[in-house]
Amino acid sequence: MARMKFLCDADRCIECNACVTACKNEHEVPWGMNRRRVVTLNDGKPGERSVSMACMHCTDAPCAAVCPVNCFYTTADAVVLHSKDLCIGCGYCFYACPFGAPQYPKVGNFGSRGKMDKCTFCAGGPEADFSKEEFEKYGNNRLAEGKLPLCAEMCSTKALLAGDSDVIAQIYKERVSKRGYGSGAWGWQTAYRESIAT
Amino acid sequence: MAKLVAQMRLIAGALALAFIVAISAPVSAQQPGMINPTADAVKEQQLLQQLKTIQGRVTIPDEKSGVLVHPAGREWRQFHTVTLKWIGAISIIGMLVVLVLFYLWRGPMRVKSGYSGINILRFDVLERFVHWLTAITFVILGITGLNISFGRVLLLPWMGPEAFSAWSEWAKYSHNFLSFGFTLGVVLMFVMWIGRNLPTAVDVEWLKQGGGMFDPTNSTHSPAYKFNAGQKILFWIIMVSSAAMIISGFMLMFPFYSGLTVGNMELAEIFHAVVGVLFVALILGHIYLGSIGMEGAFGAMADGNVDLNWAKEHHSLWAKEEIQADKVKGGAMRPAE
Repeated sequence: MARMKFLCDADRCIECNACVTACKNEHEVPWGMNRRRVVTLNDGKPGERSVSMACMHCTDAPCAAVCPVNCFYTTADAVVLHSKDLCIGCGYCFYACPFGAPQYPKVGNFGSRGKMDKCTFCAGGPEADFSKEEFEKYGNNRLAEGKLPLCAEMCSTKALLAGDSDVIAQIYKERVSKRGYGSGAWGWQTAYRESIAT
Repeated sequence: MAKLVAQMRLIAGALALAFIVAISAPVSAQQPGMINPTADAVKEQQLLQQLKTIQGRVTIPDEKSGVLVHPAGREWRQFHTVTLKWIGAISIIGMLVVLVLFYLWRGPMRVKSGYSGINILRFDVLERFVHWLTAITFVILGITGLNISFGRVLLLPWMGPEAFSAWSEWAKYSHNFLSFGFTLGVVLMFVMWIGRNLPTAVDVEWLKQGGGMFDPTNSTHSPAYKFNAGQKILFWIIMVSSAAMIISGFMLMFPFYSGLTVGNMELAEIFHAVVGVLFVALILGHIYLGSIGMEGAFGAMADGNVDLNWAKEHHSLWAKEEIQADKVKGGAMRPAE
């Protein structure tokens, strides 16, 4: 079975935010929430670098470990998903996530959080595939159609790669050897406890 | 003629260009990495080692999404799923075991001279109201709080996911709303009773005798005013713990208020959870003493009255004050006129 991962080639990302826009549009993500974002390090200075980040679908996901109601599950493709019906909006998954993937709509008083929302690797949720409920809660299910996540498909420089771990690692290694440099797979050590030698 | 020269120049220039390209092409094929445009840019390992977190700028309104990688979340996860469970289990189950063993050995602490049948008012209606406001909110806050940390392990297996989520969602809202009632109760309790909880010389004597708690013959009657040394210690522990719970709790309830970071929130949760389970364990002891652990004690908070002999044995100096102020119901203690 495939082990799905994201890899953002930080040497190619130009901060165009096409991935952010594609995801938001495809899944009708509500106002104020972004499942994917582009973070720019050393903005404006020499050595500026941009990285696109959403949920990394970690091995041994910390969000799943700390959830008080155990609403997370991992699919056969190693995609980490959760159930919005069971979620109580406590916010612990955000504290545990090293990448800040969980997002919450503001629904109530104090800091009341609504149901958690995050990148689904375009794989929907526990509802039936292609159902109306699944789309309303989790967005489009591209994986069930045999397609890859839209953010990677829309990336203007092919910096963001998504798909089976071995395939994208191979693509990245070939890229690095052809052009002669590569800053590594950002986030892989933290998410998957492995890195790609460059 | 001029046209020919121009054409010659054009051809010569083209040849020169082709020559340069022909020379450089094999050179670059032999050295594929001769330019690295991102050589000056930051590297992931370097940033993680220096700063423990990788942070940049984002163009979307959510400022805190500028944190790219925050590995400390892993340590918090380790604390919350492993360490906290041990602390909670040892303190709460340990306290229950200690109480059961103590009760089996000591039994309830009795009034040695038996009940006199004369009542004396110990806590008036305001004191009882403040106590019960604090107590009832504490119990619900405690149960709903423990549900967040331990519910998944203890309750979810036999409740099933839907029922457990429904209960947990209600529990979360109760916890957030009742926090205000608890805060009010604790503040009132502090103001109301601080005067009676300042340490005196009598407390040293009480502590030396262990308050008579470890004398199975019920003969040790350590001196005490309205609150004995044990109660005073409890009062101060409650006040300090409540302050910690309230401050950390409000931080958690208004997350990222005025620039708090994820690290701050994780620390607040650690504080709230550790102080919380220890507080629950402590109050279990208090509940034991106030109910079955001590004969005649519960009435003090139920209707405010205690038996006169109970007062003379456990709070002798307070009883004397009350008698002299002629507060005893039943009238049998009035001095002869």
